[in-house]
Amino acid sequence: MRQIRFLIEKEFKQLFRNTILLRMMIGTPVLQLILLSYAANYEVKNLNISILDQDHTTFSQRLAGKFRHIDNFRFLGYVPSLKQAQNDLLVGRADLVLVIPPRFERDLYREDQAPVQLLVNAVDGSKAGIANGYASSIVQDFNQEVRIENVPVAPGLSQQLAIEPQYWYNPRLEYRTFMVPGVLFELLILIGMLIAALNIVREKEIGTQEQLNVTPIKKYQFILGKLIPFVLIGLLQLTMGLLVAVFLFNIPIEGSLALLYGFAFLFLLLCVGMGLLISAVSETQQQAMYAAFFFIMFFILLSGLFSSIEDMPRWAQIINIINPLQYIIAVGRNVMLKGSGFRDMQSQFVALLILTVVVLSLATWRYRKTV
Amino acid sequence: MDRLLAFVKKEFLHIFRDQRTLLILFGMPLVMVTLFGFALTNEIKNARVAILDNDHGIHSRQITDKLLSSGYFQLDRNLYSYREIETAFRQGKLKLALVFPANFTDDYEHGRSAQVQLVSDASEQNTALSLVNYATAIIRDYSAGLTPTAHPPMQVNIISRMVYNPELKGVFVFVPGVMTLVLLLISAMMTSITIAREKEVGTMEVLLVSPLSQFQILLGKMVPYMLLSFINGCVIMGLGVWLLGMPLNGSLGLLLAETLLYIVLSLSLGLLISSMVNTQLLAMFGSMIVLLMPSLFLSGFLFPIASMPRLLQVISNIIPAKYFIEVIKGIMIKGVGLSVLWRETTVLAGMTALFIVLTLRNLKPRLA
Repeated sequence: MRQIRFLIEKEFKQLFRNTILLRMMIGTPVLQLILLSYAANYEVKNLNISILDQDHTTFSQRLAGKFRHIDNFRFLGYVPSLKQAQNDLLVGRADLVLVIPPRFERDLYREDQAPVQLLVNAVDGSKAGIANGYASSIVQDFNQEVRIENVPVAPGLSQQLAIEPQYWYNPRLEYRTFMVPGVLFELLILIGMLIAALNIVREKEIGTQEQLNVTPIKKYQFILGKLIPFVLIGLLQLTMGLLVAVFLFNIPIEGSLALLYGFAFLFLLLCVGMGLLISAVSETQQQAMYAAFFFIMFFILLSGLFSSIEDMPRWAQIINIINPLQYIIAVGRNVMLKGSGFRDMQSQFVALLILTVVVLSLATWRYRKTV
Repeated sequence: MDRLLAFVKKEFLHIFRDQRTLLILFGMPLVMVTLFGFALTNEIKNARVAILDNDHGIHSRQITDKLLSSGYFQLDRNLYSYREIETAFRQGKLKLALVFPANFTDDYEHGRSAQVQLVSDASEQNTALSLVNYATAIIRDYSAGLTPTAHPPMQVNIISRMVYNPELKGVFVFVPGVMTLVLLLISAMMTSITIAREKEVGTMEVLLVSPLSQFQILLGKMVPYMLLSFINGCVIMGLGVWLLGMPLNGSLGLLLAETLLYIVLSLSLGLLISSMVNTQLLAMFGSMIVLLMPSLFLSGFLFPIASMPRLLQVISNIIPAKYFIEVIKGIMIKGVGLSVLWRETTVLAGMTALFIVLTLRNLKPRLA
């Protein structure tokens, strides 16, 4: 026991001596949590629209005017030709172009129908779908107005079937509520795993590992001595992150705080364990860094935060079984927002526990006292 | 010149001696681009829904069938009371619950207002919105099919044309983003560690007192990694086109030239980071923490920049990935040339020059 205490003391001394690293470890995550949470917003706003009006009638101008004072759109102005319109899309000046054909008003009166064309920059497909939806509904509003004014008996299309959507846990549909728990744990894994991965390898590279190897210290003591300081720092980071979440972003913690910390503790053990495992199999800091980088990218991008896991191909979901971030993000979100209890999060607990045991055993086994 | 060549040769030898690292350098981008290119998507399929049918009438059953056969939804379970919704949501798998009140079919048939509830788990707000929209469209469609109304008067027909991406493929968003990110991080990490390592083991001082000029040292550090990264870049572009289905509508030459420019930029960013710190640990920490998350969040890869708060929009201008994503999309998808992309290209070149100048300035005082 005493040996472990000395090791931990040593680790902390080393950490506190390196003030730049310490500041980076504590400061950057909080700063990033605050900044990036404001950025994490899928909402489609400020769409640039230009209009090609080939009709020049009251109707066409009224339709164009509809786009002027709408929150989601920024009306760039009229373009003189289709060529100019297409060029606006090409250089990315416009996200949409509304093309009102000649004889628009006349056709609407005489033929009872007239087309308008929406050109949508669809490089980003989902954004284009939403933009198209917004624009279409504005055109339909206009259509409705015109119809009521001009057709004596407006057709009362009575909506028999009412659809009532309800948005639970996040009624105002704020992105931050969903994103902050995720970003928080991403930063934890980033720091926990990276620092731990580099730590042992560094000792190997500068030769202090050999000094440790000739001491009577046992393997498990060594691993524990490395784990505990990093897990403690991780818990400190979590605490600061939660303070930001609650006091700056007003995100509720509906469920049990103890449960959240319990899971976070397990998760941190796992992250640091992975870092130790990486450093046990790497020869240089460079190799350790690339390996850590690979896993961190993999964990972050497939965590379900940016792209829903259910929509991924089957094989990707299977690989994702080893992704600790997906479990902890689910826990964070469910416990914080919905008040889920331990029983709801059982499967996540079992998964994290198995991963932790496997990773720590591997790390202990792979760490050799003989170099 | 001879000295420089010898120095470059030495760097190459260093790189090739460590075969494990070399393997990682070439294998990793390959695996990453393939993995993320296929796995990341925002097309919704198989979202889990639960049905609470208090009606058991023909309309509630037909709507349920239509929903489940649409390909977007998958039945998670049938519920028998309203309270079960909450329990199911807490476990986190269920995304949407459809609630049909008792007498739904009867009300509908007799022209009374019949209401179907779509209860969504909006803690995942983006998914919730899309699912509600899809379900709404399917239900509307169903009810429209029941009552074919006459053609309404004065109808404006909206014809939408999805330019550049008629099939609305998600690949066009995710693949350029992943390519940009992987290239940036791998390149920056390579150089950030090299100078830091020389500092750590003490050989940097030897280099600084050698007759090589500062600039030559940087160049010598850059050239070998430039070649490696360029090969990586070509592999990544090739994967994008042949495996992941990105088009190549613009000029291949221009694409390669821009890729090279972006690589030089990433390498010089790595050099700048390592010129500011003294250990490999800090260098890596810097290149990972400072580059990874901001590039992921602020480059426009995942979240639209136009929707961000003003301050973040301003900050996004210093994220190199933002410009290169535009360049890739421009050349590969839109097929445009330099006449359109000159602004992005200038910014990338300007940043590169700035990073090199700053690195040189940072290295100098060490001679004193």
